[in-house]
Amino acid sequence: MSWSFLLRRLLLAIPTLFGVAAIVFVLLRVVPGDPIAMLIGPGATERDIAELRRLYGLDESIALQFVYYLQDLAGGNFGTSISMRQDVMELVLGRLPVTIELCLVAMLVAVGLGGAMAVAGAYWRGRPGEAAVDGAAGFILAIPDFLWALLFILFVVVFALDGLPISGRIGHDVGFRGATGFLLIESLLRLRFDAFGSVLLHTVLPAFALALPLAAIIARVLKTSIAEAMTQDYILMARVKGFSRARIVCREALRNALVPTVTLTGVQFTFLVGGTVLVEKIFSYPGIGNMAIDAVINRDLPLIQGLVLTFAVLFIAINLLVDMSYALLNPRMRHG
Amino acid sequence: MSAARIPPAGTPGGSILSVRNLHLAIAGRRRHTPILRDVSLDIAPGEVHGLVGESGAGKTMIGKVILGIQPSRARITGGSVLFDGADITHLSERERRRLMGRGLGLIPQDPMTSLNPAYRIGGQIADVLRLHLGMNRTAARARTLELLHDVHIREPERVLRQYPHELSGGMRQRVSIAIAFACRPKLIVADEPTTALDVTVQRQVLALIKQMQAQEGASILFVTHDLGVVAKICDRVTVLHGGRVLEAGDTRRIVEASQHEYTRALMAATPRHDRPGDLLQPVPETLTARLDEEALAYDAAYAAAGTHDG
Repeated sequence: MSWSFLLRRLLLAIPTLFGVAAIVFVLLRVVPGDPIAMLIGPGATERDIAELRRLYGLDESIALQFVYYLQDLAGGNFGTSISMRQDVMELVLGRLPVTIELCLVAMLVAVGLGGAMAVAGAYWRGRPGEAAVDGAAGFILAIPDFLWALLFILFVVVFALDGLPISGRIGHDVGFRGATGFLLIESLLRLRFDAFGSVLLHTVLPAFALALPLAAIIARVLKTSIAEAMTQDYILMARVKGFSRARIVCREALRNALVPTVTLTGVQFTFLVGGTVLVEKIFSYPGIGNMAIDAVINRDLPLIQGLVLTFAVLFIAINLLVDMSYALLNPRMRHG
Repeated sequence: MSAARIPPAGTPGGSILSVRNLHLAIAGRRRHTPILRDVSLDIAPGEVHGLVGESGAGKTMIGKVILGIQPSRARITGGSVLFDGADITHLSERERRRLMGRGLGLIPQDPMTSLNPAYRIGGQIADVLRLHLGMNRTAARARTLELLHDVHIREPERVLRQYPHELSGGMRQRVSIAIAFACRPKLIVADEPTTALDVTVQRQVLALIKQMQAQEGASILFVTHDLGVVAKICDRVTVLHGGRVLEAGDTRRIVEASQHEYTRALMAATPRHDRPGDLLQPVPETLTARLDEEALAYDAAYAAAGTHDG
């Protein structure tokens, strides 16, 4: 791990983002659907529509529009939302912390749950416990995140679990307005445990819906990886040393099994972030995923472009973090 | 060799390890494949006992059975392994773990794969000290340094903090030896401990094992295919072929006046430092074929005896 590596990766991100911006920009203007038609009332005249099109620069050729768009981007201007008439950057940055916190909680759940399942499955190798873990992972994986979200809501409604909120991010009765969007972290740092509890409770169901499929994948890959490590000579040595099976699985094998799992978890984590689009909508959770659905419904071109670029930046950042974590996990990669 | 230390053979009470008529087979789908056939050997306290044979003779399997790490499909179909007077072939996992460290140790064949790549050298020596001798962090660290010093590792303070991949093969084998002797076990199984090493390093490691053994007074079961190594380090030898003991006795007698044709053939196939001009003779195929036939005949007789008994 070196600064030149980091710099090279950051420079490589620029053409990637340019490509994303270009593809989204062209796609949005080629597919049917007119933002002005969504915006304007039914009684509008042809002249009103033409006027609005000119105002938003939609009357130019796509190539010219793209040049103007890039010029704005270079100046840090992401445009103005057509449907909300606010600066796109401001809108996205206001919602981004919500999604980041949700994804981090979901990640913790996925890693914790998946890790526990993998270790249990590896510990009970060849016994009924392993079959139970495999079965559970298969079942969880068969249901996608948005369906889990709907199932959770169904459960809460059917069993009248009033304590578990299924909508929003914080209780209305909790008078807490953070200075940042990171309500979970901020409330904890300010020792506002009532607010922390409320946000956490609102986050439980969407986080689990997002986390379950990833947890099942982690369970499968990590379990296979541990089983592979368990065939190595140093495990035989550990047995000769007189270590218990639990210690051998959790300490000797697990550590060596982590690297392939981290690679895969990093890739899968980007799917989890993508999953926020539907899951946030289902739970009325005020993050950028929820915002993306509204933006698409309203054909709000500048906002969609801004959101897609935001997701792209998130994905690039996740992949970079994954690559940097290798060196931490594998001592052999530290001097290279 | 220092013959004076060894009690006369045939005193079962004096043995630290006594393998009695051990039979072992690998369970297959249809039938068991015999691996060990009526193997017996005794090791006295402080004795270095060579176990010699070609690949596939079952010598490594004997070491694994003693350590309780034989493959799960291996079935002990007869006989016993007495360690310190008690049979250790059917121990529970917990009893087995208590036996390791202070009772039994292993010097592995391949030091490149036997140390955990994820942890520092110091931790991999200290963990056995803490587990079996109940040492705290500080005491374990001090003893680890002492052990690294004992196995002639230069700059032990630095090696303590290094990872296995930063050490050479010879260094890693020294670390393995330090781990094996760490809790002063009564018996160490050395499973071809020099086979994977450079020829120049082999002699040093061999000398180190001998020195540590003399210093700590442990017995060693030295598994090897190399009679030359046996002549250097072992007090007594057992010659194995096809899972059967062909011959056993004092090293000097076996090397100089072997009673068995196979041992003499093995000797002729081993390079000797005292006679560098000799041509090496491969073990004749007619001889190995005859021995294999004998083994099969033994299996048939053993199976028949088992059927009559049952």
